[in-house]
This record gives sequence, C-alpha cells and structure tokens, in this order.
Amino acid sequence: MARGAAESPATRGLPRGHAALTLGAVGGGGPCGSMGYFVQQLINGLTLGAIYGLIAIGYTMVYGIIGMINFAHGEIYMIGAFVALITFLVLGMWGVTYVPLALLIVLLSAMLFTAAYGWTVERVAYRPLRHSFRLAPLISAIGMSIFLQNYVQLLQGARVKALQPVVQGGFTLLKDSGFAVHVSYLQIFIVLLTTALMAGFSVVIGATPLGRAQRACEQDMTMAALLGINVDRTISTTFVIGAALAAVAGVMVTLYYGVIDFFIGFLAGIKAFTAAVLGGIGSLPGAMLGGLLIGLIEAMWSAYFSVEYKDVSVFVILVLVLIFRPTGLLGRPDVEKV
Amino acid sequence: MALAALPPQPRLDWTHLIKDAALAALVALVLAIPLVGVQTVEVNAALTVGTRWDWVAIGVAAVFVGRLLLMVARSLSAGRSAAARRPARIILDQRRATLLAGLGIVLAVALPVLPLSSRYIVDLATTVMIYVMLGWGLNVVVGLAGLLDLGYVAFYAVGAYSFALFAQWFHLGFWECLPLAGLLAASFGIALGFPVLRLRGDYLAIVTLGFGEIVRIVLLNWVPVTNGPAGIGNVPRPTFFGMPFVARAPPGVTTFDGFFHLSFNPGHRVIFLYYVILALALVTNFFTLRLRRLPIGRAWEALREDEIACRALGINPTTVKLSAFAIGAMLGGFAGSFFATRQGFISPESFSFTESAIILAIVVLGGMGSQLGVVLAAIVLVTLPELGRQLGDLPLVGPFLSLIGTLRMLLFGAAMVGIMVWRPQGIITRREPSLRLVDERRRAA
Repeated sequence: MARGAAESPATRGLPRGHAALTLGAVGGGGPCGSMGYFVQQLINGLTLGAIYGLIAIGYTMVYGIIGMINFAHGEIYMIGAFVALITFLVLGMWGVTYVPLALLIVLLSAMLFTAAYGWTVERVAYRPLRHSFRLAPLISAIGMSIFLQNYVQLLQGARVKALQPVVQGGFTLLKDSGFAVHVSYLQIFIVLLTTALMAGFSVVIGATPLGRAQRACEQDMTMAALLGINVDRTISTTFVIGAALAAVAGVMVTLYYGVIDFFIGFLAGIKAFTAAVLGGIGSLPGAMLGGLLIGLIEAMWSAYFSVEYKDVSVFVILVLVLIFRPTGLLGRPDVEKV
Repeated sequence: MALAALPPQPRLDWTHLIKDAALAALVALVLAIPLVGVQTVEVNAALTVGTRWDWVAIGVAAVFVGRLLLMVARSLSAGRSAAARRPARIILDQRRATLLAGLGIVLAVALPVLPLSSRYIVDLATTVMIYVMLGWGLNVVVGLAGLLDLGYVAFYAVGAYSFALFAQWFHLGFWECLPLAGLLAASFGIALGFPVLRLRGDYLAIVTLGFGEIVRIVLLNWVPVTNGPAGIGNVPRPTFFGMPFVARAPPGVTTFDGFFHLSFNPGHRVIFLYYVILALALVTNFFTLRLRRLPIGRAWEALREDEIACRALGINPTTVKLSAFAIGAMLGGFAGSFFATRQGFISPESFSFTESAIILAIVVLGGMGSQLGVVLAAIVLVTLPELGRQLGDLPLVGPFLSLIGTLRMLLFGAAMVGIMVWRPQGIITRREPSLRLVDERRRAA
C-alpha cells in the first residue's frame, strides 16, 4: 500500500481516503526531524491507542474471568464497524443530518447489536465447553472467528466499504518550521469518549454489584457460585460489555478511517491482544495503558521507520514482552493451580 | 436457559419448548437485522443500502425450527441412561485401523493406473496429498503435543521460499533442497517456539497467529529477495534420479521418457509428482507413528493430558514441546518445498491465514491425533469445493454442491465450533493416549 507519500501537510493526521485497511497511523515523508512532526505523531498515536485500548479491554476481561483468549473478539469489533457503517447509511437515507444525533444513534445501535453478537458467541461456542479439555475453547474460538469473518464477507461483500466523512474539521495546534500540527475534532471526540467510557467502566467494576460479582468470579468461580452469584450470567455480562466496548472502537474506526472491510478484525485483534498482554492480561488499567503504548509505538514506527513493517513492530513487542516480562506492566504473576 | 433442568421423563413440555425456541428466534432476529436485513450496495461509486427482509424471515424461521428440533431431541434423550446418550463415535480398534490404512495405501498407490483416473484426478489427488501431509505435520503439534499452532502456513511458506531461493541462487535441485528446506523450517520453529513455549499454551496460539502474518508481510515487502507480490517463477521441477521430465533434454542429459523408451507425455510428470508427495506423506506418517512409541512421543501425549503432573515427574516441558514444534515445522517445510516444485511458481498469496485455518480444520475435524481422520478430512475438505466447481451444472445436486463450495470457509468455521461442542474427539477418535494404565477418561478433562 503506497500511502502517506502524496499527502499535503494540511491533511496529515486525517487518514481518510487512504487505503487504510488495517488500523494504522499515517506516516510518510515530510519534515521528519521537526518537533511539530513528532507532536503530530503523538496525537495520531494517542487516537489509535484509544481504539486499541477499547478492544483490549474485551480480551483482558474475558481472560480474567474464564482464562481463555477470545479469538473471535477481533471479529466482534469488525461487526461493530459494519453495524456502524450500515446505521450511518440508513440514517443518511432517512435524512437524519444533525451530526450529534446521528453519532448518538450510531453508537447506541452499534453497541446494542454488537453486544447481541458477543452474547451469542459466548452462549453458542464457549459456554458448552466450560469443562472440556484445554484446547477446546481455543479451537472453538478460532472456528467462530473464521465463521464470523466469512459470514460478513458473504453477506456484505468482500469489497472495501467507504463512508463519506461525517465529522469534519479541526484546528491547528501549533506551527513549527513550516509544519502545522493538526488536531481534528474527530480525534478529540475519540479520546474524550474513550476516557469517559473508561471512567464509567472503572466505576462499574469497582463499585457496583455487577462489578463485585465479576471480580468474585475472577478469583474463584466455584466459591462465587456457592455464595449465590449467578456465574453464567456474570460471564455473559462480561462478554456483552466487552462486545459493546469493541463496538465503540468499531464506530470510531469507521469514522476515523472511513474505510472498512471484513478482514479488519484480524490484525486489530492481534494488536489489541498484544496491548492486553503488554499491560498485563487480566488488568483493566493495564489494557488501556497497553493500548495507548501500542498505538504510540505503531504511529512512531510508521513515522520514523517504515509503514510496510508497522505490523511487524507490534508483533516484535508481543514476543519481547513474553520473553522478558510475561506478566506485563501491571499484571500479577499467573499462578498455575492443579 | 434451563437445558439441564428438564424433567427426566420423556414427556414433552411443549410450552417450555416453544418458548425456548421463540427466544432463540428473537435473538436470531436481533442478530440478523443489521447484517442480513440491510445490505450495503455500491451505486455510482457511492454506498447506499438495500434490504433483504425475506432472508431475515427465512433465517429466523430456520433458527426457530432448528432450536425446537434440538430441544425435542434433547428432552427425548434426557430420560435415557448417560451411556446411551453419549454420541456414537467411530472408534477404530488397532486391527481394523491397520486394515483400513492398508486398503487406503493400496488404493492411493494404484490410483494413477486405475481405469477411471485422468490427469485431472491425479492432479487433484496430489493436492489432497499435500493437505494430508500438512495435516499430519500439524497433527504432531496439535494432536499429539496439544499445542495450538495457528500459523502453520508460515513454515509451509519457509519451505517453499527456501527451496525457490536456493534453486535461484545456487542452482540446486529439488532433492538437494528438500532436507535444507526442512531444516530451515525447523530452525524457524525453534526460534519462534523457544521464547513462547515456556508460557501458557494460549500465548503460543496468538504468537503463531502473528508469526504467520509477519512471514506473509515480509514476503510481500522484501522485494529484493522475494520479488514481493509478483512471486518467484521458474522453480525447478523434480527429476527422477537426475532425469528430467521434458520433451527434449539438453545435451548430455537423458530424459525420463528417453531412458525408459517411452514417448514423451507431460502426464508422466503429474503422476511422478503424485508419487513423490505420496512417498513423502507415507514417510511422515510412518515417522510419526514410530515417534509415538518412543519416550519423546509418550512425553508429548503426557504433556497434552497434564502438564503439571509431567513436571512433577521430571519431564522438561519446554524441550519436549519445542521438539514437537520443530518436527511439525520441519514436516511443513517439506510440504512447502514440494508445493513450490509442483506449482513451479510461488507468491505470498498462497500462504494466507486461510490456509492455516484450512489445515487446522483438517486436523480438528479429523480428530486430533488421528492419522486416518486427517486423511478423510483432507479428502472431504479439498474435494468438496472442487465438486461444486465441476458438477455445478447438474440438476438438483449441482446448485447445492456449488453453494457448499461458496460457503466452504463459513462451514469450516461452524464445523470447528460444532465438533468442539458435540464431539471434541473428532469424527474418528484416537485422542486416547497410546498408553494408558487405568481407564479414567472422565478425569482427563
């Protein structure tokens, strides 16, 4: 994909229109040495990191509670992006043009429908396997992931879907030796919404009966069940919340890049998982921190090294973290019990 | 939902059943509305939407009926004893398995000379054998050692590209490169497995998934070496003890047909290739079966069943896992090398995640650890889409077959989930350890 090279400085930071099939920062030529360029990449990386962080929460929560990697989570995010795109198109047909209202409706519809998918995936593919052998849920998750990918491809077509820009504009933050640092309203919206969701989510986990039940199940499922917690329902809720957050990430990516296809969940899934591992799998602040770091690293790598190998950078980080610090930055050591 | 709480008597509680099916249909409706009901259509380079409510109605009705039938079947069987409810599996005892395997080998060897066979069939059989070989290779990793490798195609790619590049740079032939490709793939396996195998098994799955993708990205972008998306052509064909399969040989070289005083026929090469992969696959199979009887094979299976117990008994899990991983990678490298020589052209396109998924599906559907199951699954999975392509014009079955061809990957994914839920031992079971002291399969879960 040859992109980034032909951009004018004014559009840098607004990746719309580029063949950004995978999540990725826009790098490219230009005054690489300037401070402004660095700040611009910082802003781009932060936006990207917010999106990864939201997906990573789904991985980390599911891993925390039932100890499995939900491979289909990337696909759930992809479905969120498709539902967002379709809702935008439907709203456009109905003549809803007031942007804040449209955004609200799209967010709610994506969260609702994607949460339904998350719930169904758990119910169909994981719950019957709770006492099966070790590899069974993993294989089932891979099967689910392949299924959902092809399901969307067959129903919506394999071609890349492009959406007209919804939120436009922004402002110039600072000018530095001919390079203007641009912050779009969309980037501000993404970062603010992510922060708000994270804050709300921390309250849910820390201070509500649901959060208590979740933490109890995480520690000891049998004991939680004995104390009257409905374990099945708690696990379902975990999947629903994870899917809803992934849906928000899907909405953001649809707005931010404007192009999606059925395959975006694959790489985004690997990266978000890397974020979860980097932050310490099972830890919620860790997932957010890991997401931000991955977003920043990817943006900087694309800006200063090579765009082609930006996916390699994330993978290298995953392997390095696993070698040197398998518990991640904020994680607890994993004690294996008989 | 109260699946387990149904009363044991076989009387059907219709209100409950219909309520349950209606609930499932409601969920299906919610799922179907955005993605099935609304379709994105491109009109004049702009996206708009069309609707397909008829599809939604059909889907929801299908879920309702399916769920109802499932629940009826479950509540009918709830009264019966646990043993009777256990789904019937094909468990082959040693004698019957040997008989079936022998029959299969005889059939496979005789295939090119059978009256019905054509060049097309031999070619298709070669493809099937490649997948059988890949399936057997992955079976060592997944079936025996219980490690989930989601990037197996990366080793396949390493094998293919190392052969193509050695041939290009050093003018080596297929037979010289085959062991080199295997060794190279095995060292990739060790390099990748070493950091990761010390950790929980789940990490290996995602790292291999990433590795598969990275290998593809590198092959695409490292243009000076791999020639990027254009791929490498003119990969040398294998020779029969130095005799090439060509119409006219360069001076000083005898062709295969010239040596045996046959008239030149390009079909001979196709048949030769088939025998080469058949031999490779059979060697792989023999090798794996022998390994299972060695201490290392026992250790793989023991590790699959209970890692903590193995550690307590003094088995080093990392080395044991690494050996399985490396051997699996080596077998994948052999298959990749053969793939390169058979196609004569390779490009990164042939090594996508879909390939890994197909190979994994072959192993899972065949029954992890079962050599015969892999063969059956490979035959079914490779020939199904081919049947759809060839027989798509037939009345009645034709459209059905081509529909299966189109939905192939969707069905693979669904089948993997279904197999795990209903019969995790696979269609043909051989997951029981080769050696067992006391029968306590229930505890092994």
